[in-house]
Amino acid sequence: MAKANEIKYLTAIKTEQPKKKFCRFKKYGIRYIDYKDAEFLKKFLNEQGKMLPRRITGNSLKYQRKVSEAIKRARQMALLPYVTDLLK
Amino acid sequence: MLKKRQNSRKIWQENALFALPLQPIINKQIQGIMQNYELMVIFTPVLSEDEFKSVQKKYVDFIAAGGGKLVHSNPWGLKSLAYPIQKKTTGIYWVMEYVAPSDMNEKLKIQLLRDEQVLRHVVIKLDKYAVEYNKKKRSGVSTGTEKLVEG
Repeated sequence: MAKANEIKYLTAIKTEQPKKKFCRFKKYGIRYIDYKDAEFLKKFLNEQGKMLPRRITGNSLKYQRKVSEAIKRARQMALLPYVTDLLK
Repeated sequence: MLKKRQNSRKIWQENALFALPLQPIINKQIQGIMQNYELMVIFTPVLSEDEFKSVQKKYVDFIAAGGGKLVHSNPWGLKSLAYPIQKKTTGIYWVMEYVAPSDMNEKLKIQLLRDEQVLRHVVIKLDKYAVEYNKKKRSGVSTGTEKLVEG
């Protein structure tokens, strides 16, 4: 077995840290998520109109729950589609 | 031993008596509490301008009759639906904010469900942040969400 300091790489390994995600509601002090604002809610949907997971949006659990509630209300009132293609 | 038991019983009775007058106060609160609500209705697109106004008035009057108060009425007008409802691809939206006692919504719901002009409706209870948000939005003050829509 080669020792750690003896290992040589062909390409330089990435030392840059990925950017830390943050909850935008906490950061910008948004306390209420409006279900009537479809354009805003589209930030949390993919092209098929499915909700994006927290792992991608970085929302805290509290606000992810509120986002999901708002999206579901907007879908019921036909402001957002349940299923679609090319939403954006 | 017997004396002790009687004593504890007495204390219990006293406590029970003490709790009695509280009961009507609690009941009163449950029946008459005023809450902020928001109603959104989708009407059929076949309504004329006058019909739309009269049907709005009908529900505003209904809420006033039930002891509620209108805060803000916002007719969005004709808007295309994200998916067809009852084979219709457009609908007339109406959003209304009001304060009403909590037992009125059941009656309002019956009226809305019986109305054939209504495609769909939703009543939402507003918390204090929501009331604040709606107020800001009405007066045109930044609500903090615009930044996110752009970027």
